[in-house]
Amino acid sequence: MYLASSRETGAQPEGTAAVRAPAARGRVAGPVLALGAVSLVTDISSEMVTAVLPLYFVLGLGLNPLQFGFLDGLYNGVTALVRLLGGHAADRRGGHKLVAGSGYALSALSRLGLLLAGGSTLGIGGALAADRVGKGVRTAPRDALISLSSPADSLGRAFGVHRAMDTTGALLGPLAAFALLWATADAYDAVFVVSFCVGVLGVLMFLAFVPGRGSPAMARTLGPAPGPAPGPAPGLAPGVRTSGAQPPPPRLRAVPGLLGEHVFRRVLGAATLLGAATIGDAFVYLLLQRRLEFATSWFPLLPLGTAAVFLLLAVPFGRLADRTGRRLPFLYGHAALLLVYALLLGPFGGLPLLCAALLLHGVFYAATDGVLMALAAPALPARRKASGMAVLQTGQALGRLLAAVAFGAAWTLWGTTLALALAGTGLAVALALAALLLRGTRANPVRIQED
Amino acid sequence: MSAAETARSRTRGPSLRARIAALGAAAAVLATVAVTYTVQAAGGRAEPTAVDSAFGLDGGGGRLLFRSTRDGAGEGRVARLPVSGDGARPTGGPACRRFHAAAGTGLCLQRRTGIPPRSYAVVLDEDLKEKRRVPLDGIPNRARVSASGRMLSWTNFTSGDSYNQSSFSTRTGILDTRTGYLVKNIEGIQLTVDGRRYHAPDVNYWGVTFADDDNRFYATVSTKGKTYLVEGDMRTWSARAVRENAECPSLSPDGRRLAFKKKVPGGGRAPWRLHVLDLRTQRERPLAERRGVDDQVLWLDSARIAYALPGKSGRESDIWSVPADGTGEPRLRVRDASSPAVLR
Repeated sequence: MYLASSRETGAQPEGTAAVRAPAARGRVAGPVLALGAVSLVTDISSEMVTAVLPLYFVLGLGLNPLQFGFLDGLYNGVTALVRLLGGHAADRRGGHKLVAGSGYALSALSRLGLLLAGGSTLGIGGALAADRVGKGVRTAPRDALISLSSPADSLGRAFGVHRAMDTTGALLGPLAAFALLWATADAYDAVFVVSFCVGVLGVLMFLAFVPGRGSPAMARTLGPAPGPAPGPAPGLAPGVRTSGAQPPPPRLRAVPGLLGEHVFRRVLGAATLLGAATIGDAFVYLLLQRRLEFATSWFPLLPLGTAAVFLLLAVPFGRLADRTGRRLPFLYGHAALLLVYALLLGPFGGLPLLCAALLLHGVFYAATDGVLMALAAPALPARRKASGMAVLQTGQALGRLLAAVAFGAAWTLWGTTLALALAGTGLAVALALAALLLRGTRANPVRIQED
Repeated sequence: MSAAETARSRTRGPSLRARIAALGAAAAVLATVAVTYTVQAAGGRAEPTAVDSAFGLDGGGGRLLFRSTRDGAGEGRVARLPVSGDGARPTGGPACRRFHAAAGTGLCLQRRTGIPPRSYAVVLDEDLKEKRRVPLDGIPNRARVSASGRMLSWTNFTSGDSYNQSSFSTRTGILDTRTGYLVKNIEGIQLTVDGRRYHAPDVNYWGVTFADDDNRFYATVSTKGKTYLVEGDMRTWSARAVRENAECPSLSPDGRRLAFKKKVPGGGRAPWRLHVLDLRTQRERPLAERRGVDDQVLWLDSARIAYALPGKSGRESDIWSVPADGTGEPRLRVRDASSPAVLR
């Protein structure tokens, strides 16, 4: 394989270099499992806190929640910016591990901030902001690490495995938190302390098992660590045409240049368009709750249904994506979301509606979340992976934010039926456009033959 | 060992086995910290869930019932004192998050931790024994019994039913104890704002207070960022906005005045001032309490109102009172107490 790549002097798609390394075909790469385990533990830690925060504000602190604005929109904006910066910093120094690790550490430390903040609104706001910043910083470098340590032809599965583990943590977190509250008679501080300990464990696991730049696995895909470059670095990405010499680290100016990558631009366009037609989970659950008229104490369990399906199907759909090309599952996944809208509008109610909607909603996530990263990864040069993924995730997130605001407005103005019909129409149009956009990516190096 | 292998082992740092061992040790330490803290936190914090009461609503007038927040055995349970607020405080009443009582009926809002946590509105008879239990959603916030003891109302905070997931909404319920008629969420009531029927998905109601006829009531509705005082009618199941910016109304015993909290600019965590509205002249008057109050006030008699405020130096809550005509000074009534109710 090295022969092949040196023959073609880096003009061939990145990823071939990783085909045989670091995992043998048929097994999920070690770093992916390590990152999955870290995400699992970290998600337990963060979802514990997320699940109890509303209760803590009202019962623990006696705040009037109608008064306590969370500045959600502001945080979303800040996270988007931080995400882009995190991606760029990771690429610039090849320090994916350092940047992602700092993100994990910051989030873990924010639990202590929550504990120390006491009843101070400012302190709580600061701790929450630190948590979001940590999350924003780590996501893109983490996904870049996954793609850098997996063969291009099994990226779908790698991301599937990671997302399944991640979702498992998100499922366990709230359960752990409520069990703790129940056992300690509402000792919120205990939840924060346990969450902190779990978060620290995640950071330590990350440090111990996730390969950094100096490791052979990363060196193979990223080129050698800074220093005298020992000969040609195999597997450098297209667009970074250097023959043997260390390419200069990308500059921040170069981030918009990513849009010049033909395939990536199309993937970004498709993801953003579809994001702008995705009304958001909370709306789906709220509409379900209204249609079925069940008690809101069961409301928190709805996301668990989606998560369970996501968790079960993430790996199979990832494998499927590797076989069929990632374009199709990504599109069909959004078609599943369209079906969810249709179900919410349709005549069926009761348990069938609940099960079908949650199943399809889970399918939507399993077929799109990790698959999108697997779709985009091969289109990105190895040295621009983290910034590219950050741009992609930000585009999708901004699209979704727009969709949530627009849907909320449409609901208020015209009621649920018309708002849903509009959302469905928007999604259908976005799907058609995305299918057109992604057709141009078929030539992308998704299916790499192993020679 | 070849040069390449040496290089590899150097860049990889400690062996896998060493890293696993180190992580295992760290995990053991972290687990110890977590468990120790949890066990300590759990110790002596057993949440009282008993509804059984050591006393009832009888025993003559002039008594103040409240939720005791003093550390110790009676924490979180209802206690009683003479209205003057002096004397020993027998606790041992039902365990409630919010409590109110009038004329032989008690309303106790409970919250039980669990997976998922549950809340209940517990209807109590004159011996403060449980008569009926209504499962609720969310976190108990307001409880009110009409002067006759017939109509009950409560408000809970619920989270997660809007697209902004970290925002809250309210659920207000009404129970007619005579007919057993229960409205778990009064959001469906026909609402009129500025003379027009009003529809919006974001309406939230809270803080109901009933008039003497057990039919008319006042409450707060919030929609599109504004709050209104509404006057409601049980029989016609309709409500109309009568005033802007007046929350958590409480009708005076003579039915002529309405005490409420009014939002003022720059109030920080509790940006409200207590006001009393004369329903005949529609003139409102600020009370002498200058601090921000987030409570549905209680009329101690026709001249004074009582309300809870967070205590100094970390104490959860104290009950204060102030004259209802804007004169005088606030006076501390009961330390470590919330949810006042007066037995006439």
